[in-house]
Amino acid sequence: MGSTNSTLLKIPNVEVLMQETGLKLVAEENCLNVSPAHIIRLHDRFKALDKEGRGHLCPHDFGAIKELAMNPIGDRIIGAFFSPGKETVDFHTFVKILAHFRPVDKDRPKEPNSPEPINSRSNKLKFAFQLYDQDKDGKISRDELLQVLRAMLGMQVTDEQLESIADRTIQEADLDRDDTISFEEFRKSLEKINIDHKMSIRFLR
Amino acid sequence: LAFSIHFALLLALIIVFSTSCKAVTLEVGSVEVGYNDSSKSSATEDTSTSINGSTDGHAPSVISTLPIVTWKWHHIETPYLVALWILTCWLCKLVCELNHNVTSVIPESGLLIILGFILGGIIWGADKAQTFKLIPTNFFYYLLPQIILDASYCMPNKLFFSNLGAILIHAIIGTCWNAATVGTALWACYEGGAMGTLNIGPLQFLLFGALISAVDPVAVIAVFEEVHVNEVLYILVFGESLLNDGVTVVLYNVFDAFVSLGGLKINAAEIVKGIVSFFVVAFGGSFLGVVFAILISMLTRVTKNVQVIEAGFIVVLGYLSYLTAEMLSLSAILSITFCGVCCQKYINANMDEKSVTTLRYTLKVMANGSETMIFVFLGVSAIDKNIWVWNTGFILLTIFFVVVFRFIGVFFLNWVLNQSRLIPIDITDQFVMAYGGLRGAVAYGLAALLDEKKIPEKNLMLGTTLIVVYFTVILQGITMKPLVQWLKVKKATHSDLTLNGKMNNRAFEHILTAMEDICGRMGDNWWTRHWSYFEDKYVCRLLMKSDARKHKDPIFGAFHKLNLEDATKYVIEGERKGSLAFIRNYDSASVDFKKKLALEYADFITADVSEYDFGIDNVPVTSVMKNPIPSVSLDIHEQDRKSMPDDLSAHHLLDQHLYKSRRNNCPTYSRSHYNTSENPDEMQEIFQRTMRSRLESFKSAKMGVNPAKKLSKYPKKDSAHKPNGKPADPHRTHPYGDEDFGFSADSASSSEIADHFHGRSTNTPGAGVDNPAFIPEMDISPPMRNPPWQTETGNKTAVAPSQRAQGRLPWMPTNLRHLAPLRMSTHSTDAFVMADASLDEEAPEKKPGTHHTRL
Repeated sequence: MGSTNSTLLKIPNVEVLMQETGLKLVAEENCLNVSPAHIIRLHDRFKALDKEGRGHLCPHDFGAIKELAMNPIGDRIIGAFFSPGKETVDFHTFVKILAHFRPVDKDRPKEPNSPEPINSRSNKLKFAFQLYDQDKDGKISRDELLQVLRAMLGMQVTDEQLESIADRTIQEADLDRDDTISFEEFRKSLEKINIDHKMSIRFLR
Repeated sequence: LAFSIHFALLLALIIVFSTSCKAVTLEVGSVEVGYNDSSKSSATEDTSTSINGSTDGHAPSVISTLPIVTWKWHHIETPYLVALWILTCWLCKLVCELNHNVTSVIPESGLLIILGFILGGIIWGADKAQTFKLIPTNFFYYLLPQIILDASYCMPNKLFFSNLGAILIHAIIGTCWNAATVGTALWACYEGGAMGTLNIGPLQFLLFGALISAVDPVAVIAVFEEVHVNEVLYILVFGESLLNDGVTVVLYNVFDAFVSLGGLKINAAEIVKGIVSFFVVAFGGSFLGVVFAILISMLTRVTKNVQVIEAGFIVVLGYLSYLTAEMLSLSAILSITFCGVCCQKYINANMDEKSVTTLRYTLKVMANGSETMIFVFLGVSAIDKNIWVWNTGFILLTIFFVVVFRFIGVFFLNWVLNQSRLIPIDITDQFVMAYGGLRGAVAYGLAALLDEKKIPEKNLMLGTTLIVVYFTVILQGITMKPLVQWLKVKKATHSDLTLNGKMNNRAFEHILTAMEDICGRMGDNWWTRHWSYFEDKYVCRLLMKSDARKHKDPIFGAFHKLNLEDATKYVIEGERKGSLAFIRNYDSASVDFKKKLALEYADFITADVSEYDFGIDNVPVTSVMKNPIPSVSLDIHEQDRKSMPDDLSAHHLLDQHLYKSRRNNCPTYSRSHYNTSENPDEMQEIFQRTMRSRLESFKSAKMGVNPAKKLSKYPKKDSAHKPNGKPADPHRTHPYGDEDFGFSADSASSSEIADHFHGRSTNTPGAGVDNPAFIPEMDISPPMRNPPWQTETGNKTAVAPSQRAQGRLPWMPTNLRHLAPLRMSTHSTDAFVMADASLDEEAPEKKPGTHHTRL
């Protein structure tokens, strides 16, 4: 027990982190003295990724993950870890980003004044939205959509088909007829989809 | 042919019937009485039996004279009865469905059983014995397979496989738990003296527990289809019921073998053998199903040339997978289940869309048909004095244990599963799952299979099974719906197919796998992704046609489906307005004009008819009268100067592509049908012309007539088509209007024009004007405005202008603009009507004149 606690202490700002991400809950469930296993596990992973031991991760650290390179939108996802202008990501941000994918816990009492949890529906959606919206203007333009579609659909579809698919997709979601998809429209178009189900990872529970 | 195959399956055998010919005929009569209320028929049957007696056998040995007709009941007895029973059962279903207010309270399966009681009562009354009942052989070989095949073929694949773990746990462990606990609890009660004296040992109790533990897919589908619970709950119940049938049959066989062996010979080795055989049978059956699925998928790669029977292959091979598994004493139900589940994706991609629809409907007809028959016969079988051995203690305790242990098992297994499930199963869902444990025909079939020599109390078990079936299907079935509402179980949300949804689903999948990679953990997504990678690389190559592989992408599939939907909507919309008017959004304004025009039409037509009295055929005239609003985009008021190019291009398009018949007596033109595709020659010609104009447009585009964005798309397409087309010389002069081929740059086919028009009218009005294909030409070449009939006057003999006029008229607002003045002159009216009549020899002479006056 002592060793896990000491591991925990090595992680900077661990209290704040747990508060923010909700990962603390795991610790409470597992009773008192036991460490928040998830944070420790993530910290181990973080250290494993950070091969040079600098205490932060660079894009090429992510690039070293073999499977991620196979992912058609992998580079966008890596990009999502880095706030604009920054070249590094520290452990704090790392966990915060991953915390988006924690399943929503239903039994958690709702405190009236607490800020929206990081794994709420709209935060999950926001994460997905920013993967499309590369220029960060709050709108998915036709070109941005085309890029993602091209990456995901691959070679099977011709350019013309791709374009008409993009057009059609925008048409579907575009409510104010500006030929782009704003976040509000994005959220509306996915209203019927169980985001909680589709944007959650089991072991972050 | 596909249908004949499935009918052959159905007809093969369903019911057993009495040896006495008289009894059979009587019953047939009585069935008819029950259903058609025609006591007459029974009378005729009665009299007919006496005849039957004399002409028994194949041919009377001694004939005194040549019989003109003979009564040959015995020749057709079996198939006739089978067909009659099928009809009767289906009529029962019809009766149920007609009484909608009843089916909303009692589920259909329950109603069918009740109708079965009535039918059975009638037979009993007529015959004093139950001559028709559900025989296990018929049930397992001719009624069950198609239901399972249909259920597995229509299974939502992704949902099934993503919940496969939970389903398997419920199906295997849950069923074993039920079998073991119900059996032992009943035995304990028996030992405790709750049932009096019965000749049943502990092994027999376990056997009974095994057969009663199966949740029946037929009953479950029938009830749950009406309640619309959320999809996860549905797949859990449904998948469990499908798979646990296989498990039950296996368990049943093992216990049956144990019973035959006798209690003393069972030692540890035998028990181990039993467990091993359980796994071999279950997994062997599943494996066999997968093998057959691969066979089917590979077969559908090459069945393109026998498309008519394509769907039949799947039915037959599916059935064969069932029989083969049965032959190898593997689990037949599991085999056909996995066969259906695994092959659906590939065969749907490989086969033509029509064949897929055929297959779907064929399976539905077969499955629904036999499901109906099963329920009716479950009812009929009950009316039999011989099977009822009443033992209150045994029956009540069985019902009690069946329900209680089901609840305990489901809750316990769900609790275990919830420990690791991402989205835990709600307590209400669990309750519905437990409550949805309906027993059905499989249990009855297994009970009927029991050997009376080994199990002296077979009839008690059979009767009890029937009671349990009635209890669960009728009582639980009725209460299911209110329960689901009362518990506020999450219902299925019907979400429309959207590209956004599909696309984002894909994106989410990628995001999740990426996150798992970053966290360095293997999750569900790891498996899904690796499977899809493997599938893409190897499985699809083996099982899918190469061209089908390209189109299997779900996003693209959704896109295709949406487009098809749009097209259908478009046609419906267009037809509702009376025509497939290519230009929309003008309807409100154009109404008055249309009406006016219709009036005018009517006026002058009646006048003309009376005046000239063609007398030959009024068909076209009446067709005009009936459908006074011409199938035209008569949106002249709205068409301002700017849209002239469109009109002209439409005009040209039609001029070039409409078939001009060379035969003057060629049939009529109907305004409501635009049937250009009737004649193969016609198709040929249209094709050739289309090809030619495409080549030309390609050429003109190449020569660089304002290469704009829209235009730049077409050359690509055209070039793609080039090798297929006729090696046409672009400089070749063709009979009509060849100087204006530039116009058709954007009009490679009418559908493109349609697209274009549609797009223009909905999105950006006037955008069509920008289309560079014809604007420059418009100004450069004034002769263009000369309608083609002028250039082609020399060709009159080859093409009847009347035909041409008909073809052109409805689609050309430019012309219609001149309609009113045209009609003032008797000359032109005359010609116009004749054009509609499309018959007169004078027409060619008059027509050119008409046009000149018009211009």
